[in-house]
Amino acid sequence: MVRFWRWPERRSDLSKRWQPVAAALPLLGLLALAPPAAAQGSGSQDPGATVVLIGYLARQEDPRTPLSFLEPVATDEGLQGARLALADNNTTGVFLKQSYRLVEQVLPQDGDISAGVKALADEGVRFVVADLPADALLAAADRPEAKPMVLFNARATDDALRNGQCRANILHTAPSRRMLADALAQYLAWKKWPRWSLMTGRDPGNALYAEAVRRAAKRFGGRIVDEKSWTFDTGNRRTDTGVTTIQSDIPLATQGPDYDVLVVADEAGDFGDYLDGRTWYPRPVAGTQGLTATAWSRVNEQWGGTQLQSRFEKLAGRWMTPRDYAAWLAVRSVGEAAARTGATGFDSLTGYLHSPDFELAGFKGEALSFRAWDGQMRQPILIAGPRMLVSVSPQEGFLHPVTPLDTLGDDAPESKCRLNR
Amino acid sequence: MRYLLSCTLLLLAGPVLVAEPLLAETIFVSNEKDNQIAVVDGDSLQIKNKIKVGRRPRGITLSADGTQLYVCVGDDNRIDVVDIASGKIVHTLPSGPDPELFVLSPDGTKLYVANENDNMVTVIDVAERKAIGNIQVGVEPEGMGISPDGKILVNTSETTNMAHFIDTEKHAVVGNVLVDSRPRVARFTDDGKQVWVSSEIGGTVSVIDAAAHKVIKKIRFEVTGVRREAIQAVGIQMTKDGKRAFVALGPANRIAEIDTGSFEVKRYFLVGQRVWNLAFSPDEKRLYTTNGISNDLSVIDLERNKVIKSIPVGGAPWGIVVKP
Repeated sequence: MVRFWRWPERRSDLSKRWQPVAAALPLLGLLALAPPAAAQGSGSQDPGATVVLIGYLARQEDPRTPLSFLEPVATDEGLQGARLALADNNTTGVFLKQSYRLVEQVLPQDGDISAGVKALADEGVRFVVADLPADALLAAADRPEAKPMVLFNARATDDALRNGQCRANILHTAPSRRMLADALAQYLAWKKWPRWSLMTGRDPGNALYAEAVRRAAKRFGGRIVDEKSWTFDTGNRRTDTGVTTIQSDIPLATQGPDYDVLVVADEAGDFGDYLDGRTWYPRPVAGTQGLTATAWSRVNEQWGGTQLQSRFEKLAGRWMTPRDYAAWLAVRSVGEAAARTGATGFDSLTGYLHSPDFELAGFKGEALSFRAWDGQMRQPILIAGPRMLVSVSPQEGFLHPVTPLDTLGDDAPESKCRLNR
Repeated sequence: MRYLLSCTLLLLAGPVLVAEPLLAETIFVSNEKDNQIAVVDGDSLQIKNKIKVGRRPRGITLSADGTQLYVCVGDDNRIDVVDIASGKIVHTLPSGPDPELFVLSPDGTKLYVANENDNMVTVIDVAERKAIGNIQVGVEPEGMGISPDGKILVNTSETTNMAHFIDTEKHAVVGNVLVDSRPRVARFTDDGKQVWVSSEIGGTVSVIDAAAHKVIKKIRFEVTGVRREAIQAVGIQMTKDGKRAFVALGPANRIAEIDTGSFEVKRYFLVGQRVWNLAFSPDEKRLYTTNGISNDLSVIDLERNKVIKSIPVGGAPWGIVVKP
């Protein structure tokens, strides 16, 4: 299923702005680098501009239904972030005679990843936003058609992808679990809350998150005083028994040695939101819920974030999630590279993306860039409460010889990624 | 008796206030968080009034005759016009959505407003109090500078990372110059030959040849003990003789003084926290800065090169303008 990006209605006046640009067409013909066949198909493209194709590769999924009724049920997470960044790129592109087209490949739930990669390759796509879990991402990256591509991992937080399972054709705009856990650990260290009780949900991802939390405790002086598994069944958020069962279950589940903070590993949001206010001890909840370490949150309006949030909400009709943000970063990275190099060719753009000159403004107060050793985008991590931004890591005082951002996640000497880029 | 006494005090105080010498300047600071304009007396360096305006006041400038203040109140999608004598809002101007910064044409007839949410610059006829045009620019327009002859407007777009040169007669973009990340402020030199553009995330100032639309110099900053990421260039002011420029460096809590001939940084002044904007006293013997996190105004004595005072002015001071 291939859909083409269309400008939102309110941009319909855009065609007027193309006219002076079209006058320069003969000159620009020399610069046209995208395969002409692939550049067709979208009515709103400037015929004189060179077109950069960006693929979006995902599988259909059941909609994510958060436990809290305040949060939106999202059916298009990730994709909307890519679409917004595409619009942002195109607004800039007008001034540079560059334009961007998003080739959306959303496969059925059990769809064949290799077919998706091939379809993108057939269209001439070389930059792909991969909104996929780790196994599917690796399957895509290892296809022969993906060798001459850059895949942006805009979803999978698995640390293995930044270590033993790293790939030369992947850049990660989603933070790793270790980055998230380190960000939280630094904040808890700053708060002087060193005793953590760790509660882990059943999914394998939660075990990996818990692993990252244990590692972060060692790195930043935390102590895990107790570990528990969440074993209760959780179902639909709307149930007629209401709060009764939860209210009696959770004190039992959280009894044990005293701690400063209950760290929860519940990536899917199956139960974590139930914990706060119901624990045995009157202690805060942190981790995947409560005080949450995250790449993005609706609560952030600092550093110009207001503009990104309101642009996104206008486009998508809902909040921007961390997945949307990672996809936005991916598409914007391509746009930034094209704007800075003045080029649209794949080699120029990838060269720039990997170079130390690459800097992306991501509404988090400082420039974001890619780590040379594992292709991970270094970025501040928000410590977000359910309704307010609480802090941002790295915290003051955690020093690093190059950039404090590299105190989060695997630094060069720690990474097991050995790539010749 | 107490009532009588206070009446007497009031009577006494009245003429004293009026008789205060009016030689010194008045400083107006927009407090983003308080929805107020703090009015500071340049002589006593005391707050003499707080004017309530719309929500989230940021950009602030004086009318051509100096009797009114224009204030961008972004959350109310308008510009408040404040009568300085009475300290009251007298009317509002339609600015388009979320105005953050603007610039007044040199003849005082038009305001050019950056609409951050709509990738647009709106042109307002000040006398008619209506929008007379708009110009599409890059993503998140912010900084606004105008050439001394009023013919060229420069707008910066924070996510597109460009300075857009706009012909003010045709309302058309005539040139685009890429600068470093998140350009915040654009300022023409008084001779109209250069435009200085600060980049918040890039931490630099790009000096652009205004005729050629080319960056001729990139000024970088380095402060011992301050990490590079905390150096975020925003506000720019230049002396009338064109020899010195001052740049606010945000969370580095410094103002840099630059020799405009050599583009060398001469010195750094330590001011309050997260300094965004700055303004000279009319005699250029002082520089005032707005410090958004420490909620104060720093006063720099430029004859002695010393920060002489910090004045608490209210919540998140942002913009600043000085009336002679």
